Amino acid sequence: MLDSSTAEREMVAGVLAEPGLEGEVAIRLRDVNKTFGTGEQTVLALRGVDWDIYRGQLTMLVGPSGCGKTTLLSVVAGILDCDRGGVVEVFGSDVARMRGGAKTRFRMDNIGFVFQQYNLLPALTAMENASVPLIIAGVPRPRALERAREVLTSLGMGNRLGSLPSQLSGGQQQRVAIARALVHEPRLIVCDEPTAALDHESGQAVMRLMRDAAVKSDRSVLVVSHDSRVFHFADRMARMDDGRIVQVRSQVGSAQEPEAGDVWEAAARA
Amino acid sequence: MNWIALRMLTGDKAKFLGIVLGLTFAAMLIAQQGSIFCGLMLRTCAQIEDITGADLWVMDPNVSFVDDVKPMIEANLYRVRGVEGVEWAVPLYKGQGRAKLTTWHWAEPRPKSPTSPRTKVQQEIIEQVVMLGLDDETLVGLPRKLWVGDFRDLWRPDAIIVDRVGLRKLFPGQGGESSTDPEFLKSFLGRELEMNDRRAVIVGICEASRTFQTFPVVYTTYSRAKLFIPQERKPMTFVLAKTKPNESPEEVAQKIEQATGLKAKTSKQFVWMTINYYLKFTGIPINFGITVVLGFLVGTAIAGQTFYNFTLENLKQFGALKAMGLSNMRIVGMILLQAAVTGLLGFGLGVGAAAWFGRATQGGELAFYTPWQLLPITGAAIVLICILASILCVRRVVVLEPAIVFRG
Repeated sequence: MLDSSTAEREMVAGVLAEPGLEGEVAIRLRDVNKTFGTGEQTVLALRGVDWDIYRGQLTMLVGPSGCGKTTLLSVVAGILDCDRGGVVEVFGSDVARMRGGAKTRFRMDNIGFVFQQYNLLPALTAMENASVPLIIAGVPRPRALERAREVLTSLGMGNRLGSLPSQLSGGQQQRVAIARALVHEPRLIVCDEPTAALDHESGQAVMRLMRDAAVKSDRSVLVVSHDSRVFHFADRMARMDDGRIVQVRSQVGSAQEPEAGDVWEAAARA
Repeated sequence: MNWIALRMLTGDKAKFLGIVLGLTFAAMLIAQQGSIFCGLMLRTCAQIEDITGADLWVMDPNVSFVDDVKPMIEANLYRVRGVEGVEWAVPLYKGQGRAKLTTWHWAEPRPKSPTSPRTKVQQEIIEQVVMLGLDDETLVGLPRKLWVGDFRDLWRPDAIIVDRVGLRKLFPGQGGESSTDPEFLKSFLGRELEMNDRRAVIVGICEASRTFQTFPVVYTTYSRAKLFIPQERKPMTFVLAKTKPNESPEEVAQKIEQATGLKAKTSKQFVWMTINYYLKFTGIPINFGITVVLGFLVGTAIAGQTFYNFTLENLKQFGALKAMGLSNMRIVGMILLQAAVTGLLGFGLGVGAAAWFGRATQGGELAFYTPWQLLPITGAAIVLICILASILCVRRVVVLEPAIVFRG
């Protein structure tokens, strides 16, 4: 049973979603607030975010610097607690109400991460880096490495399995990071500015891989990006401003690079 | 995750070496200085350890350590013999005398020239010696090892036995201190010294533990020792006694004290009495203690700082691992494993280096003795350094928000 205020929020979230593309909801956010600091130093990073993210889609979160994109991504990924009262439902589990070990286990089983600076372990080879989530999950090392090899090979990194991160280009390192995010078959993949440290060509290649390898019917991919050159890879795009989702638009992810002045770039600039 | 922790640790070789070297330095300094300290302390009581056969030492009540010689009247010997539980008792003279001898050495020509021959130069030496006068009949108190000669030769007229290391002072420049070659040592037999205007003849070269004062040790009989030193009214310094079988030396020592008013100690008690004296009344333990503490602090500073920096530099990686679902407990386990591995390596290398140092200086001037207790003490110090270094790192990583990975 939904109370009146929850029902109102459901309606708002529905209104923000463009009709016609709603599928099964993967992530449901309701009244998500996040405050940093206290007293005069208080910063409201998220202000009552209501949003649904669907399965089988690559959703992109855009907006100006400091608008709360990364904070929202962190809350969704369960690595940052939101203020009390909000609902962060990821594949049916309320992450906001999970504590300590339960949250850690949930992340281990369900979430894959791709970071702006890759965050690969410098002492491990590409294959070992990609196997880390499986090792964390307790999979025996030989099996974890074998699985990592498969994923890396599928991402075109079969010839660099034994390379250290320092021996790889930025694009190759990000591919290893994507392999690491995919290796344990998580249901949600969160990416923070995955193309920010890459040149145009590498960025396009990485996003193409992301679309081809990561997007599946039972998975959701959430990408925070400033890079307007990769917006066209998104199935849906939400614009944030001042801690709120102010606009949600959808398109069929074509992976075709748009002409200048495309509607998505316009939307991002709006 | 253990292999990942180890790969992270060894990935940055410079930092890894820095941590290990810091711990090695600390372990080496603690083990080495501790061994030198123990070696020095053992030297203070070396002569107690060297005396075999007797298990009780009886002395003037005011004696506080083995070199604190206070003469007693010889009648005390008979009083000790009369105490119940004493199987036998013999006198021991321990004191310092002066040996005078004429010796020679080869002098290099001046200016140096390959054509000019070396010249043999005579010199007169007066050297302070530690004199041990052993019971004339039983020779109780003989050294454990005789390189050349025969102990029974001490019964020959004017006979003395000199310790091998002491040859260095008595016959400087003739290589006697470093050689254990019996043929070479035999060349000193029959050589004469003069002590208190009396002739003394070397009849044997023995091995004696080095003393704290480093004087040559001369063994002779009790009656002859009284002749080799200026006449004193009360010549006897110790009574060496043996307890009867099935009697406790400690209890017999108490009985002697009660019956004679003298001080009686077992060999072990006398050793500790001597060591305690040096610990209490000399600055030796403080000096060595300061060095050991400095080693500990420097080791902690180097290893702790490097380990902490290592963790700080890996903070984002730890954050990423936390984000990916690694629990705090497992991260703490990783850090402790890294600390344990570096600690073990540092301990092994440090103690190994100290042992090598001890072996390299074996037989030389340096007092060096590593009792087994020093190894766990050094190990405990290294564990403490690792714990101190880890606490800072663990705290930093445990409070780390995994969201740090999304900050630029």
